[in-house]
Parts: sequence; structure tokens; C-alpha cells
Amino acid sequence: MSAPAGVAPVPRTLGPVAQWFSDGWITTRRNLIKIRRVPDILVFTTLQPIMFVLLFSYVYAGSIDIPGSSYKEFIMAGIFAQTVVFGSTFSGSAIANDLRDGIIDRFRTLPMRPSAVLVGRTNGDLLINALSMVVMMATGLIVGWRVHSSPLEALAAVALLLGFAYALSWVMALLGMSVRSPEVINNVSFLVLFPLTFISNAFVPSENLPTPLRVFAELNPVSALVLAARTLFGNVPPHAPPGGSWTLQHPIPAVLIGMAVLLVVFVPLAIRRFGRITTR
Amino acid sequence: MAFLEARDLRVTYRPRRAPVVKALDGLSLAVPTGTVLGLLGPNGAGKSTTVKVLTTLIRPESGTATIDGVDVLREPDRVRRMIGVSGQYAAVDENLSAFENLDMVGRLYHLSARDSRRRALELLELFDLMDARTRPVKGFSGGMRRRIDLACALVIDPPVLFLDEPTTGLDPRSRLGLWEVIGRLVEGGTTVLLTTQYLEEADRLADDIAVIDHGQVIARGTADELKSQIGGQRVQLTLVSPADADLVRPVLARVGTGPVQDSNDGRTLGVTVADGASALQEVLGEVRRAGLALHDIGMERPTLDDVFLGLTGHATSAGDAAPAQQPAGRSAR
Ligand SMILES: Nc1ncnc2c1ncn2[C@@H]1O[C@H](COP(=O)(O)OP(=O)(O)OP(=O)(O)O)[C@@H](O)[C@H]1O
Ligand SMILES: [Mg+2]
Repeated sequence: MSAPAGVAPVPRTLGPVAQWFSDGWITTRRNLIKIRRVPDILVFTTLQPIMFVLLFSYVYAGSIDIPGSSYKEFIMAGIFAQTVVFGSTFSGSAIANDLRDGIIDRFRTLPMRPSAVLVGRTNGDLLINALSMVVMMATGLIVGWRVHSSPLEALAAVALLLGFAYALSWVMALLGMSVRSPEVINNVSFLVLFPLTFISNAFVPSENLPTPLRVFAELNPVSALVLAARTLFGNVPPHAPPGGSWTLQHPIPAVLIGMAVLLVVFVPLAIRRFGRITTR
Repeated sequence: MAFLEARDLRVTYRPRRAPVVKALDGLSLAVPTGTVLGLLGPNGAGKSTTVKVLTTLIRPESGTATIDGVDVLREPDRVRRMIGVSGQYAAVDENLSAFENLDMVGRLYHLSARDSRRRALELLELFDLMDARTRPVKGFSGGMRRRIDLACALVIDPPVLFLDEPTTGLDPRSRLGLWEVIGRLVEGGTTVLLTTQYLEEADRLADDIAVIDHGQVIARGTADELKSQIGGQRVQLTLVSPADADLVRPVLARVGTGPVQDSNDGRTLGVTVADGASALQEVLGEVRRAGLALHDIGMERPTLDDVFLGLTGHATSAGDAAPAQQPAGRSAR
């Protein structure tokens, strides 16, 4: 500590919009650096989906019969949905981690938009999920999955999957600030998301489930997400019976409405919570 | 109006499954422009809570605070543009390198990309972290972490600097270095509020000291004023022959501000004095004139423990619940 302190630079004054974008970008960049530095995240987001695609399409494909279609075609939307839903939990554990490290206190004393930290965090999830989607779709195409709709519809399917998961990231962010423990977040996501993704139409047609599980699966938002994606990819088996619930009869509007509701409710709640939280 | 002013702040923590804590109980402060206020106080006194309120991290139930006339509670955003903060625990991103942490903070203060990078390098140099600049903070030692956190507080050279126990965990060289940096900033007009456990640090840096306990300011003044308030310095001597004690006692009583205390079978006598140097000279003169033989004579400065014992009735390391013992010979408050 001997060098002169130097002349400190003077901050610029940014307009509200410019500031919002600048803060959002800086916090997103922070999460990108983290993704690069913590290899677990990349492993989880690339290897695990590849493994899922391979396992489901080779291990179960022979034993589960989908009339008029193939299990490989059927299963892909389910794997996509499960992966992006789990991908949304990073925000929860990352924010709990930030609280533990104390960096949130630093952010809260800086003249940044309070929402920027959460925007950067949820953007991080979005990018991870986008990467997972690319990897899974490529693997799927290699093992024989085909899109039977227009490229535009396929793109809409991807957007729907990513959008729903993005909305879920905000729920997870709020959860992360409330429980403040990365471990608890991981346990919660395990205990809630596994049943939610497995008791659905993701891996088997829900008609085949015993009644109580079938009712649950039909009301399960993940089922609507899976069916919406499956529809847009053109992977719905030709003679599939109509869904037993409104959400399954109209999966695409149902997912859009669900997404909007999650965002409208949880974005303000999470931002409000962030404005009050301190580390210790 | 002082540059930084807090009036009647009250903060109550209501932890789940634990008793309610009145962390701040009507605390008031004023720090004039370009001066350093040192907050001294035992563990749990409310030092960090004060810093958190003034840096917009927590809202008090009541009370007001202004920085340069800006209301901390009503316009936290404007306040955040004027402050640099280094809390008691380092607030850094463990996954980012030292450089990336500083650059991120610079960009979040809305420096241009170029300014932010330049400043980051300058601060790395200043805090001796150049060699570690590309390493993730995760692998830093406690002192390095502390230094990077302090550097984050200086990114924009803020008008007000809040430092919560800034030198805890620093090696002596870094501590001296930081004192120098703070000294230069204050010369340049920066206002500083710092908390510390070290009287020496408060002595060296602070123009004014506020001693707080149980969420209230219980004494304030310059370091010298506080020291004399708690008994100032102490002159103490040890005689070769205890028989001489009766000759020395009146001399000590004359120069002292309190009762003469003796120990060591009456061979060691001491008294608190207002001005140690002149008292010591006077005592030495008398001793020589009377031809008394001394083993030892000296002046003792009060330690931090003396300050706390004198003012709060319990030592630094003791918790809130420590019994309020008044050491003999010191006036109870
Ligand atoms: N988050 C919290 N929840 C509950 N109680 C708290 C919390 N933070 C602080 N306290 C309590 O408030 C009081 C003041 O705490 P504070 O951290 O301000 O003390 P301090 O003077 O900084 O102490 P130290 O020297 O140990 O850092 C203490 O009794 C502490 O236990
Ligand atoms: Mg403290």
C-alpha cells in the first residue's frame, strides 16, 4: 500500500433506461463469469441432458409403446421441460449463496437498480437453459427425434419452454432470499420438482396412470408445458385422446397465462424482498 | 448542519426463537465535513447496526439520518451515489477475481468501461493485490479478502466513507498502509465514519470518538478528552524500600486527579493524572530531591480495556451480559 491513491474517476449520470440496461448487463456478465468458473454448472447443463436423452430413448424406447408414433418422439418434449424446469432452480441457490457470501450487502449500497441483481441472475438461468436446449435438441436429432412442424412452430416451442422456466426462476429467486440456504433450495427443488415433473405426461401418456395420479398429472402445470411443446414440435401421437383438463385442452394459452401470472406476482415480490434483505 | 447526521435512531431485531434485541436505542451522531468519527464500543454495542442504517442497508423504526443534507431513509438512491462502504465482513463475489470484483463495482457506480478498468488496476496496486488480480477471491486469505473489500469502498473516492472494523485481520504492514490511505483521503476532504476495537487506531485516525453501548452514545469527545475522562494517564513507581512510601504519597496525591493506589506490599504506587509528561517530571524532581531509590518509574497510557471498563463497566471481549463492575478508584457513570 504505497502507491498513490490516484485520481478517482467521476461516475456518469445515466438515464433510467440506460442505467437499467447497464446494471442488468453487468450483473448478467457476473453470472456468465461464474458459469465459466464453476464447471459443475456446465456439466449439469450439458452432460446431464445428453445422458437423459440417450437413456430414455434407448433404455425405455423399446418397452413403452406409443401407438402411431415412437417413444423417442414422444419423450423429447418431456426431457426438455424437465431440464429447463430444473435449470430454473440455479437462481434460488445462487442468491442464497450470494447472501451467505455477503455480496448482496455490497450491491445494496451501490447506486444500482435493485432489480438488476435479480435480472442478472434470472438471465443467467435463461442462458444456461438456452444452452441446454441446444445441446438436447442436437442430441435428440442425432438419435432420431424429428420435428414434424414448421421451423417457426419449433422456435415457438423453444421460446415457450425457456419463457416458462424464466418465470419460474423468479419464484426460485424469492425462495432463495426467503430460506437463505443453498442446501434447502436444492432439497426443495428435489422434493417438489421431481414429483412435479414425473407425475405428468412428460415420460408416459398420463391416460395410463392410476386415477389419483392421473388427476394430478392433468392439473399439473408441467403437463401443460410438455403438451404445449409437444404440440408445437408436432410430436403429439396421432390418436392421443383429448386432455382431461382445461389446461391440457388448451396447453399453449394455459402456459402463456401461467407464465404471465408467475411474472406479475413474483417479479415485484422478489424485487421488494431484495430491497430489504441484508446478509447478517 | 454536520455533513453526516443521525438523530435518535432506533433499531429492534426480532429474531425467530430468540429474544428481541434493541440494537439501537436512540442513537445520535454528527460528523463534520472532512473529519473522522471513530465508533468505539464492546461487542454487540450497535456499531455495525449504525453503519448498516447509514449505508441504507436497514431501515430504523424511527429516527432520521442525513448525509450532506440528503435524507438517508427517503432518498437511499442518492445516498448510495455518495458513499463507499466496507462492512465488518467482506462483501465480495467469491467466484470473481480481484480485478473483476473491482471492475464490477466500478461499472455499477456507472463509471465508463475505461475508467472502471483503470481505477480497478490503480486500487489493486494501492492495496498490494496486483499479483493476485486474476485469481478468484475464493482462494484469498482473510487479510487479502479484507483488502479487496476496502478497495471496493474506494472505487469512486466517495465524499463519505464507512469502514466497519477496517483493520481487523490485517497484518501490521497493511494496517499502517490503510491508515496512510485514510489519512490522505481525509486530507482531500473525505468524511469518514469508522468503527474499531483498537484505541490506538481511533487515537491515530479519529478527530472525534463516540463510545457506544447498548445502542446509545455514552461518551464522546477527542481521544485525549476521553482518556482524561476515564482517568487519563497514570504515573506509577516502584520503590526499593517500602518505608519511603509515606514520603512519595503526598507528591503523587498533588499531581494526581484521583486517589493514590498502592500494591505490591506498598512498594508500588500509582495515580491517574491529567498530563502525564509534566506530572512525571514533577514526581521525578521530588524523588531526586528527597534522594529516594526507585526500582522503576513510568507513565502508562490507558488501554482500550480501561476505556471500556471506565465508561461501560465491562471489557471489550465480554458480552452484553457481563456484570457491570466498576474498578476501584474510578468514578461510576
Ligand atoms: N440480524 C440480526 N438479528 C438479530 N439480532 C441482531 C442482528 N444483527 C445484530 N443483532 C444484535 O444487535 C446488537 C447489535 O449488533 P451489532 O452487530 O450492531 O454490534 P457491534 O457493535 O457491531 O458488535 P461487534 O463488535 O461484535 O461487531 C447485538 O446484540 C446483536 O446480537
Ligand atoms: Mg460489528
